[in-house]
Amino acid sequence: MATVELTFSALPAHVRTARLVATAIARRTGVEESLLDEVRLAVGEACSRAVEAHRVHCPGEPIRIELRDDSGRFEVTVSDQAPSDEIQQEQPLDLGMLSDSFMSGFGIAVIAGLADDVEVFPSPKGTNIRMSWPAPQ
Amino acid sequence: MDLKLDHRTEDRLTIVEVEGEIDVYTAPRLRELLIDLVNKGNFHLLVNMEKVDFLDSTGLGVLVGGLKRVRAHDGSLELVCTQERILKIFRITGLTKVFGIYASVDEAKEAHGKDK
Repeated sequence: MATVELTFSALPAHVRTARLVATAIARRTGVEESLLDEVRLAVGEACSRAVEAHRVHCPGEPIRIELRDDSGRFEVTVSDQAPSDEIQQEQPLDLGMLSDSFMSGFGIAVIAGLADDVEVFPSPKGTNIRMSWPAPQ
Repeated sequence: MDLKLDHRTEDRLTIVEVEGEIDVYTAPRLRELLIDLVNKGNFHLLVNMEKVDFLDSTGLGVLVGGLKRVRAHDGSLELVCTQERILKIFRITGLTKVFGIYASVDEAKEAHGKDK
């Protein structure tokens, strides 16, 4: 299946659309039904993180998602254009330090727990999150 | 599906019924409801997640924020959830250790009654 690309403005309302598109393409690509919830959540987390980053740094710029069938794997790349020096990694759980905004760092932890394979590429020009799942033909 | 919210108070426990998707778009509405309930003196909250179709880390953040607010008043925020796909998110993030999670509203009410 050819690559599908989607760009959307950095609005929370569009994250649901991105989730639905990703899930639909995953199903069509052959991702197992039992993994579709994981695809939906992981793509949603990546897009939510991108939307939040754009709202802070560049609200007018779009966020891009690429979905592709890459030799037996369904691969999703979510790219933002917000400068990022580093991505918050998993941290020890301490309720005192948890806040609504801190939880955005949990997004990456959730993705890492869900996707079969995840790579995060932060840079001053933006962050790419690439994740993939098996998609038997 | 959008987010539907409702709440009722039984005894000293305020039960928040949540239905639909809790994500970056809808979570602010749940946050506002929890803040409003706490501001009105409801410090023992039970959030029923049985009709939640989708929950992401933004939603988790709102629940943690609610928990912090009620704990500041010696209160509690507990959950009703049996859906594996929702429970999985709590497990991945380690939040099963932070929230009391019950299989039904009745089970939570019973446990809450014993704590009184």
